[in-house]
Amino acid sequence: MTASVNPARRHIRPGGLPHFFCPGCGSGQVLNFFLKAVDELNLSLDNMVTIGGVGCTARIPVYLNADTLHGVHGRTLAWATGMKLHNPELKVVVFAGDGDAASIGGNHFIHAARRNLDVTMILVNNLNFAMTGGQVAPTTPLQSTTTTTPYGSSEPPFDICRLAAAAGATYVSRWTTNRAHQAVRAIKAALSHRGFSLVEIISQCPTHFGRYALGSGKAADLLNWIEERSVTLAQAEKLSDGERAERFVLGEFIKMERPVFAGSTIYEVGR
Amino acid sequence: MLESRSGQRVLTGVHFMLGNYAVAEGALAAGCNFFAGCPITPANEISERMAKRLPEVGGHFLQGEDELGSIYAVVGASLAGAKAMTATASAGFNYMQEGLGYAYAIEAPCVIVDVQRCRGENFATQSDVMQMRWGASGDYEAIVLAPASVQELFDYTIRAFNLAERFRNPVIVMSETTIALMRERLEIPPAEQIEVWNRKYTELPPADYLPFKAPEYGVPDFAPLGKGYHTIYSLNPHDERGRIDWDPDVFERLYKRITGKIRENRDLICHTESYHLDDAELALIAYGSEVRPALDAAEMARDSGMKVGVLKLATVWPVPERQILEVAKQCRAVIAVEMNIGKYAGEIERVCAGVCPVHKATRNRGLIHAPEELYQFIQGVWA
Repeated sequence: MTASVNPARRHIRPGGLPHFFCPGCGSGQVLNFFLKAVDELNLSLDNMVTIGGVGCTARIPVYLNADTLHGVHGRTLAWATGMKLHNPELKVVVFAGDGDAASIGGNHFIHAARRNLDVTMILVNNLNFAMTGGQVAPTTPLQSTTTTTPYGSSEPPFDICRLAAAAGATYVSRWTTNRAHQAVRAIKAALSHRGFSLVEIISQCPTHFGRYALGSGKAADLLNWIEERSVTLAQAEKLSDGERAERFVLGEFIKMERPVFAGSTIYEVGR
Repeated sequence: MLESRSGQRVLTGVHFMLGNYAVAEGALAAGCNFFAGCPITPANEISERMAKRLPEVGGHFLQGEDELGSIYAVVGASLAGAKAMTATASAGFNYMQEGLGYAYAIEAPCVIVDVQRCRGENFATQSDVMQMRWGASGDYEAIVLAPASVQELFDYTIRAFNLAERFRNPVIVMSETTIALMRERLEIPPAEQIEVWNRKYTELPPADYLPFKAPEYGVPDFAPLGKGYHTIYSLNPHDERGRIDWDPDVFERLYKRITGKIRENRDLICHTESYHLDDAELALIAYGSEVRPALDAAEMARDSGMKVGVLKLATVWPVPERQILEVAKQCRAVIAVEMNIGKYAGEIERVCAGVCPVHKATRNRGLIHAPEELYQFIQGVWA
């Protein structure tokens, strides 16, 4: 009798495991979501470039058996821009945490969306700077306690999906690690989309956000907390702005066609 | 107006050209097909020229959202196979240090032009000479070329691409307001006379390929992106497979190789030029546009019977130690000439220690030395 092996293992870099995610972290789930989407779409990692910056989410591509860039905070989309202009045939997928994409990399993020750069970004939002020890992020809910907001966060958080949509992204959706099927479906839609596609996945960080902000290091408590605050788009429409701000609105926000960024040679010289 | 001819990569002929344009033409002649930059004076004419010229030859121009966006786009394009360049000026060069650090660590060939300026103003200076060497975090060796004329801005930009491709290292062209915004005679040779080096790609199949495997002080072969080679380009310490590895021995071996590939190839990288040095008793050591008044001053001194020569450092980093030491052994004293508070003079002192005294003709007031000033300095040392 042979031991059963997760079929997604063939996409993992030989010798790449064990991963370094904390027990209960959502990053492993997102890795699985992505590989399920890849398999269901019959994509190959061979012609893919997967990019991670710095942070917990940024480690996801390090485990993938693909060409990978890693290790600089927030610059994922800047790399991708140069790469896609020079070789538009490359399939580029960026994995970024909320700190990476919305804080240090915020400028690159809005400009990639504005240009409609043809990449997929899977943004794992665990509501804090996790790898560095649980500091406040631009996504941390107001009044949350973190290691750098001992008296509660005084800054309102970003709604990353609305930011991306306003900046010009052509596919935008948000799900949570509780909603595996929807998340996989959204990643499939993003991978099949031509243009800047963003899937934000609200994820649990029991080690830091859970312990400091919610007083529990149990992943299940955090998943429940996320689920209690999750509403669908239709449900969100009935809420006031104030009520919405305290919820995770889930669904597909944007799906549209727009010319993708092809750099300076989109026109014919001499015209 | 830009006097470019559509579709022609090498504008063979004699021109009267702006220094910044000469950089762009040098890049094109070297095979550059990707440029990203963010507006900053006095480097803008490089971007503007590339924006016009690159699409004509099938390349891409990107105006980055900022300097970080530009340098990382350059690195991304380079890994995708492009010969890529960015240009900026001192303050913008600060921002780019982060991306440079990554390029050194993963050994991405690229060319960075820093048109040095003074604290936000377009005054002449060479005050970035240490930033060029030490600006990024981590251990690395920089290659920095210092042109002194419009012709050399063209020639050295080609050389910068060649060295970048040969050694898989960023190469910096150290430009200055003085030459960048000056028009001079530029002779562009026929394309077939321009030596162009390109990076080496592996001939191994993916199963046998190790992306960072190279001899002790060697340069690893590239693999193309998106062809199943599964290369990781991580800033983090990595082994020959590219995998993040915190074994101290792996870390040490990697950094010894990354720095050794430059240091051990100094003789191939370092270029100097000698003027009137055969019988010189006193030598001026200068780089960049300061070579020009240094030469004038040396000739004035010669006219007055003083045996003075000039050692021009065409390569500033790595330090051409052998060439400097030869001059130090021959001369009573050397004079370090530069347009800053005396930064590189410290390197010259280091090399000349115990061999001959080093005098410093340094200034930083937004103006290049006048030949007469250096002549007076020579008189003071000679006496």
